[in-house]
Amino acid sequence: MNDSSRLEETEIYLLLEGIYRQYGFDFRNYALASLRRRIWSVVREEKLSTISALQDKVLHDAACLERFLLALSVHVSAMFRDPNFFRTFRAKAVPLLRTYPYIRIWLAGCSTGEEVYSMAILLEEEGLYKRCRIYASDMNEAVLRAARAGIYPLHLMRGYTANYIKAGGTRSFSEYYTAAYDNVLMRPSLVDQVVFCQHNLATDESFNEFNVILCRNVMIYFDKTLQKRVHQLFYDSLVNFGLLGLGDKESLHLTAHEHSYEQLSDEEKLYRRIA
Amino acid sequence: MNSCLMRKNSTAGLRRRFPARLDTSNPAVPVAPVRAGATGEDARTDSSYSIVVVGASLGGTRALTCLLSALPGDFPLPLAIVLHRAVDGDATLQQLLHRHSSLPVLEAEDKMPLAAGHAYLAPANYHLLVGHMEFSLSTEAPVGFARPSIDVLFESASAAHGSKTLGVVLTGASADGAWGAGKIRARGGTVVVQSPETAECPVMPRAAIAVDAASSILPLEAIPGLLAELSQRKP
Repeated sequence: MNDSSRLEETEIYLLLEGIYRQYGFDFRNYALASLRRRIWSVVREEKLSTISALQDKVLHDAACLERFLLALSVHVSAMFRDPNFFRTFRAKAVPLLRTYPYIRIWLAGCSTGEEVYSMAILLEEEGLYKRCRIYASDMNEAVLRAARAGIYPLHLMRGYTANYIKAGGTRSFSEYYTAAYDNVLMRPSLVDQVVFCQHNLATDESFNEFNVILCRNVMIYFDKTLQKRVHQLFYDSLVNFGLLGLGDKESLHLTAHEHSYEQLSDEEKLYRRIA
Repeated sequence: MNSCLMRKNSTAGLRRRFPARLDTSNPAVPVAPVRAGATGEDARTDSSYSIVVVGASLGGTRALTCLLSALPGDFPLPLAIVLHRAVDGDATLQQLLHRHSSLPVLEAEDKMPLAAGHAYLAPANYHLLVGHMEFSLSTEAPVGFARPSIDVLFESASAAHGSKTLGVVLTGASADGAWGAGKIRARGGTVVVQSPETAECPVMPRAAIAVDAASSILPLEAIPGLLAELSQRKP
């Protein structure tokens, strides 16, 4: 490592330590490679030139902290992102879920809610939704408000409709929203069984026992230490034979819980807790 | 590409056979390396370089097979590749490159350790970033319409590996990689650019050259030899 890299890492360390001590938000175990980029983009947006200057500003200015929090977690998602995951979920998970009288689902890191609506639609089409309670959590209040509102840009619907069809949707995607001007409003009944709640995977504990936990492409922003914590949290929060869904390039391989799960599909990261 | 193919044939006998390819159940997918000591920083401190990052776009599949097939089988560095590809790309590209490579080619998964002598392909629809010891993936917005983005890969490598970063810009139809190559140079690393006249599409090499990011400009068939030489260089 040369001097400029070392200095940068020192500044990042001090920034994250300061935010944790002052505000309690813990980014200290986020994956450095991708975190750096987002920190620098905040530095530029705040019209500053160093990470140390950002540290000064964020510690003294609560509004700057809000902007920092929003920029630091990644809120890029899509309805039925990776359609094949939802297709697999229908084929492999739904038959198992039918055996339960009541189903508790945790969508951890739900961001702006695309996955919440996708899952609600899938469960409704499978006739399971009324039996479900979906806990949709995120560390950020602002994105939870957006998720609850269920308003998305109209121009995205074409892509979402294509995803919906690839994901095995059985109706017409347009049944689930109302278009107005340049936006759509998702059908409010889709969140009848949803509880939106603030929960930070880096610092908070388990809050219930679940039959299904989905956490796709959230832990890729964490380092291995934090990933280990979250895997323990999920393991402790799943009922025996509960299901865990991860992103398609994430893996339980080489984690402490690798042997506590069986993979339900060769292609998708859909696991069942077996021990 | 005649000289490139000749070179490939001449080294074919020396190529290491990767044991995982003998697994007949899934012959094209090598298992993740777990070799102890191969990933630690200590194992690399005796070389001037610790990572090779490669960017390619239009025409890149052919350029990459030329490059990968001509590298020595005992190439001592990890090699990370971004090739612009369709968002719903499957394992076909990884299997193709693996078949034509003297190094095992894997599709990078999140937090996979960097192992010497392995090539890692950025998965479709993710950015690939390099840390000190391992890869990270990101679903952040495309950069210049590209995800994976070459700039993102190059910049991450330069931040973590500084002057020990060795970048390669190959054929392509966009300017992706030029900015990242500049970052590699700014942090003391080395950037090799394919000479535009030997590139299937010269736009990307030209863009890197235009921002003065090229340490050397070489025809495609000379690049593997230079990488092999630089990888042996002591500080």
